[in-house]
Amino acid sequence: MNTKTPLLLKRLSVISLSLLLVLLIAMFLGISMGSTTSGIKVVFQSLFKAKESDPMLDTIIWQIRFPRVLLATLVGAALSLGGLVFQALLRNPLAEPYILGISGGSAIGAIIGILIGLSRFPGVSLMAFAGSIAILLLILVMSSGQTILKKDALLLSGVMVNAFCAAVIMFLVSMTQDSRLHNIIFWLMGDLSMVDMGHVGILAAILCPCFILIFWFSNSMNLLLMGKEMAQTMGVNIKAVTVILLVTTSFMVSATVSYCGLVGFVGLVVPHLLRLVFGPDHRVLVPACVLGGGAYLVFCDVLARVLPKQGEMPAGVITAMIGAPLFIFLLKKTRR
Amino acid sequence: MAIHVKNLNYYYGDFPALKNITFSVTTGDFFIIIGPNGSGKTTLLKVMAGILKSQADQLEILNRPVDHYSRKALARTIAFVPQMIPVDFPFSVTEIVLMGRSPYLGMLGLEEEKDLKIAKQALAFTGVEHLAHRKLDQLSGGEQQRVFVAKAICQEPEIILLDEPTASLDLAHQVRLMDLMEKLKNERGITVVMVSHDVNLAAMYGDRLLLLNKGEIVEMGDPKEVLTFQTLEQVYGCTLLVDENPLGKTPRVTPVPRKFMNIDRQEE
Repeated sequence: MNTKTPLLLKRLSVISLSLLLVLLIAMFLGISMGSTTSGIKVVFQSLFKAKESDPMLDTIIWQIRFPRVLLATLVGAALSLGGLVFQALLRNPLAEPYILGISGGSAIGAIIGILIGLSRFPGVSLMAFAGSIAILLLILVMSSGQTILKKDALLLSGVMVNAFCAAVIMFLVSMTQDSRLHNIIFWLMGDLSMVDMGHVGILAAILCPCFILIFWFSNSMNLLLMGKEMAQTMGVNIKAVTVILLVTTSFMVSATVSYCGLVGFVGLVVPHLLRLVFGPDHRVLVPACVLGGGAYLVFCDVLARVLPKQGEMPAGVITAMIGAPLFIFLLKKTRR
Repeated sequence: MAIHVKNLNYYYGDFPALKNITFSVTTGDFFIIIGPNGSGKTTLLKVMAGILKSQADQLEILNRPVDHYSRKALARTIAFVPQMIPVDFPFSVTEIVLMGRSPYLGMLGLEEEKDLKIAKQALAFTGVEHLAHRKLDQLSGGEQQRVFVAKAICQEPEIILLDEPTASLDLAHQVRLMDLMEKLKNERGITVVMVSHDVNLAAMYGDRLLLLNKGEIVEMGDPKEVLTFQTLEQVYGCTLLVDENPLGKTPRVTPVPRKFMNIDRQEE
């Protein structure tokens, strides 16, 4: 073996390829499953442009399911990565955008944007970003100073921030006598159904550079886990790395919130699962979170579509039902 | 000169933690900073490590002003072993030690075969190669400390700074760690600068000691010059017995409890 080859390369490619396979399987499931159940063979025919494919099914697959699956992939990837970054930077394995209240802050911003009639992009997205940054600053102010980021303090503040955000959201929703009310409430619970390919394209264009940027700083995150002082004496520009990562992550999260509302706990479940399997090296975990997180949310969305007897439920319902019990389990485990 | 500190003042807000400190550490020395709690020892070490910022002309590393170094160049010159290393995430010992190569690698820190070899040598040097595949959080305090020394060695620095490395170790691990640092100094010519609470370890291992009190230098020199009972009693504000260690002929300091006060110390 060539001694110049980075040791990580082989491991990284094996892991990425296997998770990519999982993601492709999930996407195929996502495209096949739905209210009009169709045989896998028929879906194959439509996917690969076989001659006698049903035009009706074609429309369902390409206009409805395909964008939805892509959206779930992007959102799952972004939220998983968000959890991973927050866990590393706050040195707290329970940190997650939804639990900390970052998602809630984005939601307030997004709702204000919707209510004053802004377009989804860039208006609502920018409002959501402003909301998430406001909450981020609040968290940083609360956790700075003498009481540095104790696990429990951070979680308590998150609970309060979330309670406050929920109250503000209900306040805003109650103040309007709007026909859009039902939509807002459904959207709030993490609804993946209201997109077309144009939206997915914009979201991909926003998120993919963020993924690359975070991967670029993945080794800095490893070093930061050994403490700020140690990282600093190993050549990491702590302030720059922290600011870039926190702002990028908040930006990603707010972008997902403005497209599909609050999908909770994805950033908790996916990084924990992947860390358990692949270890704590962020150079592996960042790409793994993108692929694995995408697959996870696509699976959850399939459940959300298949389980209800009629209609469907928001994917956020499923992620919360899986994530919240895991959170309680982890909280119990990390307390000593 | 490995480190030269010149007219250094350091403030926490309005509180002066270090007042007009000037001294040099000779290359290849085992240099130990001692002093009571709150004397500014750790602050001084962190300034030398570049963690706390000094003013431009106050700190020279290997005869170059510290601000002439890039972050990575400084990391290739000085390694820092902090007192408390939080281990919330389950890195393996090899992964931790390999991180010491980061200052030599690109942004992603992609290690090559050569780096793994250096890491293995560092693990062997500190006597923890049998732990290479264990997770850090499964190790005892003494083993963790040796792993972080191995990480520092893997950084291939000219200078290693340690913040009270023996503070939480039992007697056997204290001596093993100090022996290891001495071996590092003798075999690799690395300058070792350590902050320590333990005056007796400092007396036995230090080539030169620096005694700090209330942010000022009280005394600097070899252990016999610094560790006199007049100086120590004045600095620590308690009664002390200072005699000679029968083995190494280095000073030996014993705090004197109240109930022993009536025994005449001159009879020793």
